[in-house]
Amino acid sequence: MSEILEFLLQVKPMLGGALCLLGAVLAVIGTVGVLRFPDFYTRLHAASITDTAAATLLIVGMLLLSPDVFTAVKLLTVWVFIFLTSPAAGHALANAAHTAGVEPLIGSRARNRDEGDQI
Amino acid sequence: MAESELVGHVGYFLGLILALGLAWLGLSGHYSTLVLSLGTGSVLLSALLAFRLGILDRESSPYGRLLPLVAYWGWLLIEIFKANWVVIKACLRSDLDIDPTLVKIKTECQSDLAKTVFANSITLTPGTISVAVEGNKILVHALYEGYAQPDAFLEMDRRSRLATDGRTRT
Repeated sequence: MSEILEFLLQVKPMLGGALCLLGAVLAVIGTVGVLRFPDFYTRLHAASITDTAAATLLIVGMLLLSPDVFTAVKLLTVWVFIFLTSPAAGHALANAAHTAGVEPLIGSRARNRDEGDQI
Repeated sequence: MAESELVGHVGYFLGLILALGLAWLGLSGHYSTLVLSLGTGSVLLSALLAFRLGILDRESSPYGRLLPLVAYWGWLLIEIFKANWVVIKACLRSDLDIDPTLVKIKTECQSDLAKTVFANSITLTPGTISVAVEGNKILVHALYEGYAQPDAFLEMDRRSRLATDGRTRT
């Protein structure tokens, strides 16, 4: 039993580091999506990868690396607040664009649009 | 004020004090007498201010529905990761094959809290964003038309209704 525990304690920092790295890669992928997608609404979709998956993986990785319980509680609080506030911010952005009359590109028009002339 | 209403108010008040106290204990990490008494004072002051503002009601402190909401969150996390995979692939594919669309989704949710949970769940899931809420219809912008059929949201609608209002039929 104690060997298993020791093994877990040794693996924990490596696992934490790997999860942080994976989260960072997802954040970069989200950025690539923001740059490639053609209009405002589709770019919001790409940004939500960074909000959800990247943030979760980074925080779980940091939880595994955290030295004590209090740091862990704070990280969990940060995670909860990200998940409560990021949809509100995303909806506010989308709703503002909709109210201001920004027309979304629908269907194949979004695909065929030349990636060079972005808004 | 009816007696049951009074009991309800006291329940929300105690629930708020408990939640604030736990949050304070979890975030502080200092347990000298001075800091503890300052913490107690600020918790009581916050609870009293919330009572004075008249925002102690079911929607601001839904402690009774905490367990169903946490269970719903667990289900939503899995959905979020499944949807993330789709959008990640869309970001990295060499040719953009996105098929954006705007759809109106009808929701069976009645209370404002249930509608908020449902609309926020849609926004939180990558690939779909709730753009506007009009009555019991939600305008949703989706990255792929195939993922935005009305059937795709039935399960989420049912689960958010069950988690917040505690019933599937209205």
